[in-house]
Amino acid sequence: MKFIQDLLDKARPAVTTGKLKPLYPLHNAIETMMFVPDHTTHSGAHVRDSIDLKRTMVTVIFALVPALLFGMWNIGHWHYIATGESETMGLMDNVIYGAIKLLPMIIVTYAAGLGVEILFSYLRKHPVNEGFLVSGILIPLIMPADMPLWMVAVSTIFAVLIGKEVFGGTGMNILNPALTARAFAFFAYPKSMSGDSAWISGLGGEGIVDGFSGATALSQFAAGNTAPEIAGHALDMKNAFLGIIPGSIGETSVLAILIGAAILIYTGIGSWKIMFSGVIGALFMGLVFNWVAPYAATPAVSDFMAIPPHWHLLYGGFAFGIVFMATDPVSASQTEKGKWIYGFLTGFFCIAIRVFNPGFPEGVMLAILFMNVMAPLIDHYVVQANVKKRQKRAQLANANA
Amino acid sequence: MSTETQEVAKKSEPLFSKKNRRLMTDPLNENNPITVQVLGICSALAITVKLEPAIVMSLSVFFVLGAGNVIISLMRNLIPNRIRIIVQLVVVASLVILVDQTLKAFLYDVSKQLSVFVGLIITNCIIMGRFEAFALGNTPWKSFLDAVGNAAGYGAILIMVAFVRELFGSGALFGVDVLSWTGIYEIGYVNNGMMLLPPMALIIVAIIIWIQRSRTKSLIEE
Repeated sequence: MKFIQDLLDKARPAVTTGKLKPLYPLHNAIETMMFVPDHTTHSGAHVRDSIDLKRTMVTVIFALVPALLFGMWNIGHWHYIATGESETMGLMDNVIYGAIKLLPMIIVTYAAGLGVEILFSYLRKHPVNEGFLVSGILIPLIMPADMPLWMVAVSTIFAVLIGKEVFGGTGMNILNPALTARAFAFFAYPKSMSGDSAWISGLGGEGIVDGFSGATALSQFAAGNTAPEIAGHALDMKNAFLGIIPGSIGETSVLAILIGAAILIYTGIGSWKIMFSGVIGALFMGLVFNWVAPYAATPAVSDFMAIPPHWHLLYGGFAFGIVFMATDPVSASQTEKGKWIYGFLTGFFCIAIRVFNPGFPEGVMLAILFMNVMAPLIDHYVVQANVKKRQKRAQLANANA
Repeated sequence: MSTETQEVAKKSEPLFSKKNRRLMTDPLNENNPITVQVLGICSALAITVKLEPAIVMSLSVFFVLGAGNVIISLMRNLIPNRIRIIVQLVVVASLVILVDQTLKAFLYDVSKQLSVFVGLIITNCIIMGRFEAFALGNTPWKSFLDAVGNAAGYGAILIMVAFVRELFGSGALFGVDVLSWTGIYEIGYVNNGMMLLPPMALIIVAIIIWIQRSRTKSLIEE
């Protein structure tokens, strides 16, 4: 690393005062990525938390690693089931196939996202910051494995441009950028993002077992099948918890996501209040559906409504969304009471969309985006309620005095 | 009273004086009805999926606004102030019915695509806005120029949005599959379905506003 330091030191005079001044944001970005910045506080309070934006981001990335590794294995596993070769393929074959699918997506996402960020750091004349580090990993993890790379790039550019830079960059966004990318991809390229053939890699290609259907557990539930399976592989609760079900790359394994959640909660980066109340909200909606299931319009809907509420937590992207997306500190509610309301409603709407709307077999994306928009409103009323409470207390104190 | 004195002064003014030309050019950029006044947004979202209906819609608005502005301007000293909105509505409704029947007679397909939005020209804020803000206080010729400018400003945005949406949403221009000639479908290109949904029109209008505001000095807010 010494030679990089030397190189950066050598270039410093040129970019700070010399001819290459426009390149300063890039220089600054490389330096903060590679080394601990030597910024010191010049005025005001000198007590600082050691956790800065970069460390926050890196912690989230560590929390994502279990889901990412499992996702790689899962892509390969389901691909070889579809081709009928799963008996002969070992752990490494699955992981290698998954890596070939996932790594280019991560690279393309970073290239597209950082490209827009760097462009805007020039236009706005501020240094490039670490805002895209986490989004760059999250976006591939919530896409299907066979998503064409250019679609990933277009969605990423849209999300960074319209979801974030328009509002003023990192920390100013209303919506979670990664989910914005997924929502864009979902509506722009529905063929690649939904349906029965999207979730298992290679289904469009050759060598697939005849009559193989890749319908996910949730879409089989929606069709009224309460014991979903694919080609003899049961999509039961145990497999759903471990993550051996088809789905977006990183969302399937509840176990891996729980490890990530533990890291986020332990370091205090993700809000346990949002996660916990989100689970409560989902369970509550599941219970309500159980009660009203006998009155459903069709038998299929009735069967879906009647599934045990805790199944909803295991299938689809709910676990991933509520742990990694809903807790995004920028777009979630800021007040502590607001976090309870925000989390609860996210879980509530997620299950409601999932069960009610046949157009969206999964509801967590739209639920979180909707609650992102509502978060400032929740915060407003929480703050106003507090103001009123204190005003009353002050008046009471005055009256007594 | 004040209008009369103005009219006397303006008798000597040439038809396309600098002031009159500004009536036409202002709404194209600095006072654009859609991007600056943010009027007529609903129709801009609804009928910009394809270029053809967008152009027909712009022409319809041009006709209604042009004729309406002149008629209102001619009657401006006769209309009692209290019932002026009703009078304006009668004028614009008659004109819209004319347009609607003409479209049904000669451009039936486009008329079906535009569906209720031709009828909704009546409630298009741009038209009532120009009647109220301009035609009621200015001479017919000026009112006509103002109508030309505003209809052109409205149409320009509509056509820009429709161009982007039709090209990227269905890979076509005026219903001709332009993109299939380039052969990019063979290498995996897929049309963007989101372009066909109304929210994308809103986003494109927003991007146009963004570009316009950052380029026009008078619109940059502190």
